[in-house]
Amino acid sequence: MPQIFHPSMNTISRASIFGAVFILAGVGWLLWLLYRSSYYTQVGVVRPQPVEFSHEHHVGGLGIDCRYCHTSVESSSFAGIPPTQICMQCHSQIWADSPKLEAVRASFRTGQSIPWTRVHDLPDYVYFDHSIHISKGVGCIACHGRVDNMPLMWRVETLHMQWCVDCHRDPAPHLRPRDMVFSMSDWPEPTPTVASSAKIANGKLDLVKIRNIASGTNCSVCHR
Amino acid sequence: MSCPNKSPTLVQLAGAPRELPQFWRSLEELAGDPDFAARLAQEFPRHASVWDESVADRRRFLQLMGASLALAGAQGCSSPPPEAIMPYVRQPEGMTPGVPLHFATAMPRSDGAIGVVATSHMGRPTKVEGNSLHPASLGATDAMAQASVLTLYDPDRSQTVARLGVIATWGDLLGAIRGALASAPKGTGVHILSPPSTSPTLARQRAALIAKYPQAKWHSYEPAGRDAARSAAIAALGEDVQPVYRFEAADVVLAIDADFLCAGGGAVRYAHDFMSRRGVESEGAPNRLYAIESAYTPTGAAADHRLRLRPSGMEAFARSLASRIGVPGVDEATPTDGAYAKWLSAVASDLQAHRGRSIVVPGSHLPASVQSLVHAINDALGNVGQTVTFIAPPAGETVDGASALRELTDALNADAVNLLLILDANPVYDAPVALQFGTALRQARLAVHYGLYQDETAELCPWHIPATHYLESWSDARAYDGTAAIVQPLIAPLYEGKTVHEVLSALIDPAPMSSYDLVRATWQEAFGDDFDMRWHAALRDGVIADSQPATITPTLQPSAASGLAPSEADANSDTFELILAPDPSIGDGRCANNGWLQELPKPLTKLTWENAVLMAPADAQRLGIETDDVVRLECNGQSVTAPACIMPGHAEGCVTCYLGYGRTRAGRIGTGLGFNAYMFRPANGGYVARGAKIAKTGKRSELARTQKHHEFEGRNIIHQATVAQFAADPQSVLPAAAHHPLPSLLPDVPYDGFAWGMAIDLSKCMGCNACVIACQAENNIPIVGKEQVVLSREMHWLRLDLYYAGRPEDPEAIHQPMLCQHCEKAPCEVVCPVAATTHSDEGLNEMTYNRCIGTRYCSNNCPYKVRRFNFLQYTDEETPVLKLLRNPEVTVRSRGVMEKCTYCVQRINHARIDAKKSAVESGAPPVIADGSLETACQQACPSEAIVFGDVNDPKSRVAKLKADPRNYGVLSELGTQPRTSYLVRLRNPNPALG
Repeated sequence: MPQIFHPSMNTISRASIFGAVFILAGVGWLLWLLYRSSYYTQVGVVRPQPVEFSHEHHVGGLGIDCRYCHTSVESSSFAGIPPTQICMQCHSQIWADSPKLEAVRASFRTGQSIPWTRVHDLPDYVYFDHSIHISKGVGCIACHGRVDNMPLMWRVETLHMQWCVDCHRDPAPHLRPRDMVFSMSDWPEPTPTVASSAKIANGKLDLVKIRNIASGTNCSVCHR
Repeated sequence: MSCPNKSPTLVQLAGAPRELPQFWRSLEELAGDPDFAARLAQEFPRHASVWDESVADRRRFLQLMGASLALAGAQGCSSPPPEAIMPYVRQPEGMTPGVPLHFATAMPRSDGAIGVVATSHMGRPTKVEGNSLHPASLGATDAMAQASVLTLYDPDRSQTVARLGVIATWGDLLGAIRGALASAPKGTGVHILSPPSTSPTLARQRAALIAKYPQAKWHSYEPAGRDAARSAAIAALGEDVQPVYRFEAADVVLAIDADFLCAGGGAVRYAHDFMSRRGVESEGAPNRLYAIESAYTPTGAAADHRLRLRPSGMEAFARSLASRIGVPGVDEATPTDGAYAKWLSAVASDLQAHRGRSIVVPGSHLPASVQSLVHAINDALGNVGQTVTFIAPPAGETVDGASALRELTDALNADAVNLLLILDANPVYDAPVALQFGTALRQARLAVHYGLYQDETAELCPWHIPATHYLESWSDARAYDGTAAIVQPLIAPLYEGKTVHEVLSALIDPAPMSSYDLVRATWQEAFGDDFDMRWHAALRDGVIADSQPATITPTLQPSAASGLAPSEADANSDTFELILAPDPSIGDGRCANNGWLQELPKPLTKLTWENAVLMAPADAQRLGIETDDVVRLECNGQSVTAPACIMPGHAEGCVTCYLGYGRTRAGRIGTGLGFNAYMFRPANGGYVARGAKIAKTGKRSELARTQKHHEFEGRNIIHQATVAQFAADPQSVLPAAAHHPLPSLLPDVPYDGFAWGMAIDLSKCMGCNACVIACQAENNIPIVGKEQVVLSREMHWLRLDLYYAGRPEDPEAIHQPMLCQHCEKAPCEVVCPVAATTHSDEGLNEMTYNRCIGTRYCSNNCPYKVRRFNFLQYTDEETPVLKLLRNPEVTVRSRGVMEKCTYCVQRINHARIDAKKSAVESGAPPVIADGSLETACQQACPSEAIVFGDVNDPKSRVAKLKADPRNYGVLSELGTQPRTSYLVRLRNPNPALG
């Protein structure tokens, strides 16, 4: 009976058995890279929208406040996507005939919603509340980035749990005075993280102290 | 697993008397059944044997597992699919996306509406709570009201007008009806069948209809109606009046076959008032409840003394009592044995010692003679005007339902019905069999059925109109005490439903009006010039101010108690009296397609998904019948085979069958469950059929009873004492071990901020199940079906455990709500390999579903057996309409994860966020006012037995309850430090019966 395997198979099998460790580790490493990559996290990936709405123009150019359209951001878990009516408040007067806005006008005519593509999409088992973050002074920019520079929206953060928890453990660098929360400009003096008994730490406002911030890291804060 | 045919249960019980354990749950356990012992040894009964080898062997299973793992891994490489956001085009005023709105409305029922506040998430009602301003609710609800939101989204609801089962239009139907009306001058041969209604608008329309068609006949029929109560009131008081009780003012209550705590339009309010005299927070002397009943009911379980009597014995008891109390013209019934006589005299003297501060409540189904006697007794005790007042019945009728239905059947058989309109009734299913209503119905020239479902009656009617659910309707309704409320819709009709007002308007009004206009027109006169203001106030409050009818003070007729022939007892001891009672969960059958109610363990049998022949242990033993034995029940020429269920404490000589089952066209949930007990109903509409025979068939059929699940293995879980014992030595009500827990290896953790905890007063819990359904509705808990319940896989996060104490023939019953105890030293947390269950710094035992990998170690290590595992994909994620039902604040769990009570963490989080937002300017610690944050179970509880709050706040109700010497933690001797604690159940027995 002839040999099924050539003697070289001995070497190959040895190499593959010992190599398996590295191969598995390598596969794991590749998966990890994939998980962190913008392919998976969609960071920096521009999402096409049914209407080419430019935050760059409306926020950066015209200086419209976030809350003009995202009306419920201070009172609800959901920031609110503007109803077509809000678009039409201006666009029945300005650019009223622009072909780019036909989808908006059609929506207003027919009563059908504009199907915006969600850019910041958390898993359904995560319960995020905008209102408390705004109330405690986390600026829009902390999670959504320089929206005023985005013609179409993209994500600037991974929205991974690690990223949420990092901030919940140390919120101070992301806190702003109330009047800066909706501002797109950099808060010039990020407050230090050092806890101190005084409300002024290192000569700067200690907003964690002032606002009595105890951002929880209990699972049930977000998962329920 | 099946029970052996020759289980020694009752034989052993009958044999050598042995010492009974203090508390027990099932007869098998009490008898030391080896099968029961074997099951105890298994941590997860039956879980191991579930794999069906015929589907795939082990090798094939591993192959499939490997393949699915690889596929799942590959799928994980893609990013989540893009999701669309669909904003409003024009956002409704007053709506903030993501913030629920609440609207006051009322759930109409023929025995009195209950006021509710419905929660609307982005336009879809997801939950109903009680309306604290409504007298029938006071903020609480019952199980049926909680479950009503599921009926709204029932995919089996009728969706279109149908002619012979084919979709038709409203216009076609109107044409047919108007044709029939045109050929019937003055309404000759026009008949309308409807359940009695408390709606003033419907009453107005009914009068208008009769005015327009004077020959038309309106028949009111309700399978579980108040015919007997009505005749009794007319006989004893000279007019049809309805009693309204003031239990908060009663020191002694005697319930004669009356489940006033859990059945009837006023039950929620009555439970509140009655229980306000019990428990830790009540001031003054506790009340005392005597109950006489045949089948065990929650009222019997709440009683301090319970006497079991067969139905034919009720009248004799009432007569004897009336004679002792001093009602003139009544002779005492023939005295019976010593215990009975002692009971009777103790009750009589206790009632007499509390003249004007006592109540005797008769069951509204009891024969008119018994209820007349009770009117006389209450009058003789001076209770009338004090604890018992009378009003004109909110759903008053001049003809009783049984005669009304007979009249209609006769008219049908005489071929004299040109148009029959059946409004929201199902007589083909629930009319007494002797009437042969189904056959008669075919004689109608035009029969139109109006209802939520295309049910048994719709099948035999050529035309069908879909009804709207009350959450889709404008209407009005009166409560048990006559207070009116506006029923306002939360959502436009999901389908082509019409309200009953719109259907009638099409017949009466030249131009059909909307139900909104019709209801407004009804109240136009009453509200007068202030209409708009009062209308808006009525909508906002959910109750119409000053709409309660005047109290009537009727005079007792001299003939009230005399001239009554004693009813005959069943002389033949071989036959049984057959009690036909509405099912405690699904009622008269109307809610048969509601899965929540079907899977709800019935209070005293813990039976789900079907009905059974309930019988006394002694009778069962005599006939050699065990629970799950299929028996043949024969009565009045009808017979049925059905499983028997032995009910400890059931009266001998009678058996009970719950109505509402055996539906043939209920829908995908309710069709084909159990048997139809209406077939045994006497033609006069009575509740008791005599001469029932029971024989064993030799077959067995396993009932899905949860009573044998989560066995407690004889541990000290329940503590009960008497009021006198507590008064003498408050410390004596708990064993010493309860105060000395074992030392713990786990470190002590300080809780500085909020520390959530719950206290449940066992003296106040009556086992009404409202909390169970409230929890199910709030937390998106799926139903699992009968087969899975048999395997102990029901998903209820909160269950009501039922314990018995004493002899099985006549035990005391105690209900204990059992939910996650949120142990500070939680045994489940330390065994989770993936940290899916953890502890929060507010003391919550958290469950993170997305982390859970389903090892079930936590459940294995939980001493309370409160963790529930999704063995299969129980939640229906496919049916579109059910997606509207879910509470968006709670994750919908899928297969393979553990879940359990979270103390309604979604409510806690919202309250905490609101508190933090209001405190942000001041920088002060957030404050959540005690009582402003309620769990779903607490909010639903009619008797306020469940109290939740911050135990760190010494002024909170929960902290005060926990400081009481009656407070104990279940199995706290294990050192688990449960955050949920219980208060010892105190009974208030009469020393004379000691």
